[in-house]
Amino acid sequence: MSQNGKPKVATTSLAGCFGCHMSLLDIDDRILKLVELVDFDKSPVDDIKEFTGRCAVGLIEGGCCNEENVRVLRDFRAHCDILIAVGDCATMGGIPALRNNIPLQECYDEAYRNGPTVYNPSGRIPDDPELPLLLNRVYPIQEVVKIDYFLPGCPPPADTLWAALTALLGNQPVQLPYGLLKYD
Amino acid sequence: MSASLEATTREVCAACGRDRTRLMDIVRTLQERLGYIGGDTAAALARELGIHRVEVESMVSFYAFLSHRPQGRIVIRLCNDYLDRMLGADEVAAAFEAELGIRFGQTTPDGAITLQHVPCIGMCDQGPAALVNDVVVTELSSDAARRIVRELRKHGDPARLVTRLGDGNNAHPLVRAMVNNNIRRRGPVIFSPMVRGEAIRKALAITPAEVIRAVKTARLRGRGGAGFPTGMKWEFARAAAGEPKYVVCNADEGEPGTFKDRVILTELPDRVFAGMTIAGYAIGAAEGVLYLRGEYAYLRKYLEDVLARRRADGLLGQQICGRSDFSFDIRIQMGAGAYVCGEETALLSSCEGLRGDPKNRPPFPAQKGLFGRPTVVNNVETLACVTKILEEGPATFCELGSQGSPGTKVLSISGDCRSPGVFEVPFGIKLSEVLALAGGEDALAVQVGGASGQMVAREEFDRTICYDDLATGGSIMVFGPDRNVLEIAESFLDFFIEESCGYCTPCRVGNVLLKERLHRINAGQGESADLDYLQDLAQTVKTMSRCGLGQTSANPVLTTLKNFRVTYNALVRKRTNGLVPAFDLAAAVGAAEALVGRKSEHAHA
Ligand SMILES: Cc1cc2nc3c(=O)[nH]c(=O)nc-3n(C[C@H](O)[C@H](O)[C@H](O)COP(=O)(O)O)c2cc1C
Ligand code: SF4
Ligand code: SF4
Repeated sequence: MSQNGKPKVATTSLAGCFGCHMSLLDIDDRILKLVELVDFDKSPVDDIKEFTGRCAVGLIEGGCCNEENVRVLRDFRAHCDILIAVGDCATMGGIPALRNNIPLQECYDEAYRNGPTVYNPSGRIPDDPELPLLLNRVYPIQEVVKIDYFLPGCPPPADTLWAALTALLGNQPVQLPYGLLKYD
Repeated sequence: MSASLEATTREVCAACGRDRTRLMDIVRTLQERLGYIGGDTAAALARELGIHRVEVESMVSFYAFLSHRPQGRIVIRLCNDYLDRMLGADEVAAAFEAELGIRFGQTTPDGAITLQHVPCIGMCDQGPAALVNDVVVTELSSDAARRIVRELRKHGDPARLVTRLGDGNNAHPLVRAMVNNNIRRRGPVIFSPMVRGEAIRKALAITPAEVIRAVKTARLRGRGGAGFPTGMKWEFARAAAGEPKYVVCNADEGEPGTFKDRVILTELPDRVFAGMTIAGYAIGAAEGVLYLRGEYAYLRKYLEDVLARRRADGLLGQQICGRSDFSFDIRIQMGAGAYVCGEETALLSSCEGLRGDPKNRPPFPAQKGLFGRPTVVNNVETLACVTKILEEGPATFCELGSQGSPGTKVLSISGDCRSPGVFEVPFGIKLSEVLALAGGEDALAVQVGGASGQMVAREEFDRTICYDDLATGGSIMVFGPDRNVLEIAESFLDFFIEESCGYCTPCRVGNVLLKERLHRINAGQGESADLDYLQDLAQTVKTMSRCGLGQTSANPVLTTLKNFRVTYNALVRKRTNGLVPAFDLAAAVGAAEALVGRKSEHAHA
């Protein structure tokens, strides 16, 4: 809760493409209503890098592909009352998880040694601590921490995000109509 | 492409009349002759039959007994069903690996022997068991495994592995199997003496409608699992438009723990074929198919011989019993190792020369079955019951069993009991009585109805075997006090994961998720919320799957959740930090640490 009494929301993109965040911005002018309802804490929306306090809701885009994702996700779990998996990458691993059938060595080789645009005469894989280590595979976030809600879609439409958020913030049950969850 | 391959393909196709719907037989024969169906063969076959190559390849990739890669001239398929593992299949597996110097799924470097696992091959009362090509070897030990390998290396002839013959017709010159029937209890319907031809003559003396009435009066219900009233099914097929009509006998018997159809076919094939013929007369069909699971190929010659003798005696073929208006013949369709082909619509796909994919129902086979024509699909035992009903009349049949479930049921009992085997019992018998018969009184749990059935706990052993209470296609697996019920449920899920045809997501994906979560709980890393997750997901898989496989695959989870809640509760913990204990960051970054050459800062903090 902020000092002004508004609940706080945090968001992050782990192994995602930011498409889910773009979809959040797609709520258009409703964003004005949103900032009346809530304050943003740690989020790319306001560029706050670390948590400043307890949050009501955390929105997670993307799965966990590296150790940094795991650290951030655990941090979200520790700071947020409710965690929502936003989008297919968070829920199932999504596109990044396509690498799960490829040996890790080949992934590193493609990224740092053999890729068509790579220039790396030493052939070494960079070991700078700034570059997080990859996990053996991409994990959907509920395999790492407890997740309270899942919003499927790539990305979930703005209306879905809006409906879920407003329900939660208004202490209503999240019961989305079929149309907001159906993709075919 | 080699000319000989082309010639072989042409010859095999010609032997099947270049009939595309016989693709199953064609591919099986080619597999036997060439050892595998490679890309070249698939292409040649497609040209020869005028179909797409992908149709051949999708068939080959579907069935466990077909292979698109070269494999050994001899394939050893060891059953790794839970029951066989209880009997020591893991040690046997290790002995095979050690003696052959290869792992499961591999072929010896000289290309002679391939080693594979198979799910239940219907020998649970005499396991561990394996198939060496078509030859069944039972009661294996690690010594036996080593001896088998040494002998195969010496003479290369699986048939010579049979050193002792089983009981009853297993010793018949056309069978010569070491398989045992283990019939422990003969009842008044199936395992009763019969006069060959009597039932058919009695049936032909009345009208087809009267035959159907007799079956309805006997209130006969299907013995294959679903329990649909047989007379009603026949009536639908008789009334349905479309010619020709077909009768199919389902001898796929893939439900783990079921082996009674094998014994019925070994001892009383005449009773089954008579039932098919009577069904043909009743619905107006001239053709019947016995769909025999690939695992029972060792019975084929013998069954062909029984059919030939029936033809010679006027009980099959043209003008049966001298009736100019009734002809009916039966052919045997071999399966090739796919549990889902026991599902009636998948079975029909398989008979049509397609992958064994289930079809949407409705229309039901009785309306549109084989080649879109009205078809009756019945279990082996159901058809044997029909013969008895015609022999002695429906009233005698109805006197047996219980009110809602007349007649007897043939059970195949295996697991932790003193006398595993086949028991014909009246319907309505208590589970505790069944256990007493088989010597399994101290059981902790009994799985009734196979992997897709239910896990029953001690407190409920006074429930009865019948359609309205504990329904079963015949499988009764007994688990003693030291067994881990959750581990057993896990092994059943493994089976369904392997056997799902993959068409629908709830079954293809849902079973994997169920298994993962169950495993997590079993490993002590579960939390109480996982039980709700299992319940919800299992319910989804059950209600959202297309065919009976997915509609029942979650039963091991649902019934253990219900009947063994205490076991679950003892394993799960309530967690407050919101972390998933099964996720191990150190393990997850281990590979990257090795590749990059530095330690993770987060994992070891
Ligand atoms: C996955 C699956 C496997 C089945 N396997 C068999 C089988 O091996 N034998 C059998 O008779 N019925 C099996 N059935 C049931 C058949 O679909 C069908 O109901 C039965 O053969 C009808 O014969 P009945 O009415 O005489 O029992 C299976 C069903 C499913 C869903
Ligand atoms: S779910 Fe789709 S939009 Fe969202 S992060 Fe993944 S790829 Fe991007
Ligand atoms: S339920 Fe399973 S086996 Fe049946 S059609 Fe669907 S995927 Fe195939």
